[in-house]
Amino acid sequence: MSDIVDSQIAEGAAPDAPKLTMKDFKSDQEVRWCPGCGDYAILSTVQSFLPSLGIPRENICFVSGIGCSSRFPYYLTTYGMHSIHGRAPTIATGLSTSRNDLSVWVVTGDGDALSIGGNHLIHAIRRNVNLKILLFNNRIYGLTKGQYSPTSELGKITKSTPMGSLDYPFNPLSLALGAEATFVARTIDTDRKHMTSVLEAAAKHEGTAIVEIYQNCNIFNDNAFDLLKNPETKGDEVIDLKQGEPIVFGTEGEHCVVRDEFGGLEVAKTAEVNQAEIVVHDAHLPTTAHAFSLTRLSDPETLHHTPIGVLRSVERPSYNRLMNDQMERASEKPADLQALLAGTDTWDV
Amino acid sequence: MAKETVQLDRVIIRFAGDSGDGMQLTGDQFTSETARFGNDLSTLPDFPAEIRAPAGTLPGVSAFQLHFADHDIMTPGDAPNVLVAMNPAALKANIGDVPRGADIIVNTDEFTSRAMTKVGYEQSPLEDDSLESYNVHPIALTSLTVEALKEFDLTKKEAERSKNMFSLGLLCWLYDRNIEGTETFLKEKFAKKPEILGANLAALHAGWNYGETTEDFSVRYEVKPAKLTHGKYRNISGNLALALGLVAASQRAGIPLYLGSYPITPASDLLHELSRHKEFGVRSFQAEDEIAAIGAAIGASYGGSLGVTTTSGPGVALKSEAIGLGVAIEIPLIVIDVQRGGPSTGLPTKTEQADLLQAMFGRNGEAPVAIIAPQSPADCFDAALEATRIATTYRTPVFLLSDGYLANGSEPWNIPDVDSLPDLTVEFTTEPNWTNEDGSKEFMPFARDPETLARPWAIPGTPGLEHRIGGIEKADITGHISYNPENHDKMVRLRQAKIDGIADSIPNLKVDDPSGEAKVLVLGWGSTYGPIGAACRRIRREGGQIAQAHLRHLNPFPKNLGEVLASYDKVIVPEMNLGQLALLLRGKFLVDIESYTQVSGMPFKAAQLEEAIKEVIANV
Ligand code: SF4
Repeated sequence: MSDIVDSQIAEGAAPDAPKLTMKDFKSDQEVRWCPGCGDYAILSTVQSFLPSLGIPRENICFVSGIGCSSRFPYYLTTYGMHSIHGRAPTIATGLSTSRNDLSVWVVTGDGDALSIGGNHLIHAIRRNVNLKILLFNNRIYGLTKGQYSPTSELGKITKSTPMGSLDYPFNPLSLALGAEATFVARTIDTDRKHMTSVLEAAAKHEGTAIVEIYQNCNIFNDNAFDLLKNPETKGDEVIDLKQGEPIVFGTEGEHCVVRDEFGGLEVAKTAEVNQAEIVVHDAHLPTTAHAFSLTRLSDPETLHHTPIGVLRSVERPSYNRLMNDQMERASEKPADLQALLAGTDTWDV
Repeated sequence: MAKETVQLDRVIIRFAGDSGDGMQLTGDQFTSETARFGNDLSTLPDFPAEIRAPAGTLPGVSAFQLHFADHDIMTPGDAPNVLVAMNPAALKANIGDVPRGADIIVNTDEFTSRAMTKVGYEQSPLEDDSLESYNVHPIALTSLTVEALKEFDLTKKEAERSKNMFSLGLLCWLYDRNIEGTETFLKEKFAKKPEILGANLAALHAGWNYGETTEDFSVRYEVKPAKLTHGKYRNISGNLALALGLVAASQRAGIPLYLGSYPITPASDLLHELSRHKEFGVRSFQAEDEIAAIGAAIGASYGGSLGVTTTSGPGVALKSEAIGLGVAIEIPLIVIDVQRGGPSTGLPTKTEQADLLQAMFGRNGEAPVAIIAPQSPADCFDAALEATRIATTYRTPVFLLSDGYLANGSEPWNIPDVDSLPDLTVEFTTEPNWTNEDGSKEFMPFARDPETLARPWAIPGTPGLEHRIGGIEKADITGHISYNPENHDKMVRLRQAKIDGIADSIPNLKVDDPSGEAKVLVLGWGSTYGPIGAACRRIRREGGQIAQAHLRHLNPFPKNLGEVLASYDKVIVPEMNLGQLALLLRGKFLVDIESYTQVSGMPFKAAQLEEAIKEVIANV
């Protein structure tokens, strides 16, 4: 139970273990999301991605909270726990830090992770526990039938806010970066190829990897991400980040990202700037400023100009590793239970 | 001048001063010397919740009471024979408990008119005749200390801080205690501060010598060692015993201990202590809140560790939903509640037993858990082992209800031989546990052990047994999600039957009724064991008849409890709440319980219980 699964793709299965396929990760349980829900696409992508980890099924565990997305573990053939609202990161933390041989994944939603479980999310992230957190963001409460969520746009009209919601939304990735995240990424439910590449990068990361997945809730918040998915608009709206490349987007590459006068980033017209002015994406920068500025490019209401891909990926020892180091150092002391019970001050009768 | 030595069979000393005066340390050291000397003893620290409450005020008084004897004793004592009052506030706050004729040592330096006015003394109690019926020893403890330390390169303020060591030295002389242990303690504590070390040692010796030379003390006292059972002893507090018990339990179970905890008075010492024993494979995780603490313990337990969370009442309230999850997924989990005065923040440093019903019912739905309680500081060790046995055997959350009095109080402990501790070996499920009609084997996460009704503990990493669990109702046997009405009814009853069935594994309740003729039974649980026992002794010494029994298991109860209750004319149940056990007993057994309650934040006094019990006896 001591080796940390830090490079989960490389390690895991014994060389002679049978190669697993997508089918091996599909459970016999009937999937019960609404027809057309974005969760189906995510499930299918995850099922097809898991074999590539090369980790035996029994060493993978999915822990979820409460909400539509949190039914996820039932549909996989790995170990899994469908826990209580907002608390999945806590349970996963206990499991991960006591069982370094496991690959532990958390499945959560915008209500689960950012509202009732906000505290646990930021603390798991700052500790850098070896967890891969998949945050399905549909900007609405689905399971409770359509109330606004902490990522809903201001003024959202729902059953609980007939005159419009009054609270300003979280940008989950800005929040994660503020909580000292070492790995931050974003992807979209219907883009299987992109999601797979992001999941692969997350799996390789030692520590907490948080992946925000924009997920369509076709019942209560349909087309919330239409701007980013519609072939007509997505070219101009999605900023697809590539490590080491200048940040250029638009069907013709006509948009780009440059520094603004306040030290942040802004979108400019490629034709109007020098090539040298275009910011080159680097997820490995020690400071969070670059990744944070990227998260601020998108419009909180419309999601106009939303970066996707890996925004930040840096190395910092995971909580698991630090805890293990302490355990190892402590194990140099003899573990003599009788001596422990006696303490230092005894007398005989 | 050789002084006369008077033999006593027992003494109760109370040290009282400002919370900055080091009274707890003084008490601890006197206790250690007394333990080493071989007396039986029992202690009661009593301090304010504030780290440094305003100096010289009544709420700022911190006290430490120690009862020691040449025979076995059960409580820290009711009324002190000696009160050490370091200031007017300490005198005022404690004089009410001190019986006439007792010795009172006062630090006269602190009896300035300002300090006296602060606590409402219009004239000095040392000068009017209000203390006439006590044996008052007015000693200028502060200036004597400063005088003794004039060789040292210390400011006056620094020198004054050693006055607790001066008084400790004096008391050690008075009761014929050694001071070598304290010397060693000081040498370790101040190893890096030789000047402070020297000053404290000098003050300690000066106090001792003062006793030897002053005319004020014409006699010194001797309390012979107690005749305890043979063995190796140490002095131990409830929190320490509980922590060591958990380490021992995990060793005996053969699985690592995982503690998820959030700091809270009076349970934080458990977190501190367990964090020091990583060499035993103990992983301690200080979480962001109470919920995360229990969440981590559940996660670790799911992964095959002994998951433990430690807290006090307000923390339990926050953990309720997670405990319910533990009930639903049927996983071993130990929830330690070191009870304190409530509701809400209540009295963080005071004791109470008012979380019994919270432990019993404080969750949504039918969510039964096992509940046990230790009865004395040292007994916390055994209680930890029993909690582990129940949690791992029955795959259930177990509440262990300690309290502030047990946590901080201490007594001598006959250190057990590790090999004599119960074998708690855990076996995980590693093979399919179900045979289908066609003979094929399968793993069923909710197929139960026919004897214990426990479901299998199959941990992640076990090939072939991959399964999903969760808080949604599960189908019997398969563990699939089920909204079926009959299934839910069945599962609710199965979970209840599993907890009820624990009674098969616990001993019958023993009744202590030496004459066999008692008509009244006094029944207690938890930390009231000491004062109830002492009260019963007093009654029997005078020829009275009283039966005593004490519950370790609060849920389920021992199987013979109903029978025991029925065989007495009257049952009196003293509790530090408004009658929570009494309510459970009345509901379950339809017996007319005489509930006797106190919620002052302080343990019962033996004399008070003696009177209450006698009254019941007189009326049968
Ligand atoms: S309510 Fe929305 S999120 Fe939930 S299953 Fe239906 S479509 Fe999906």
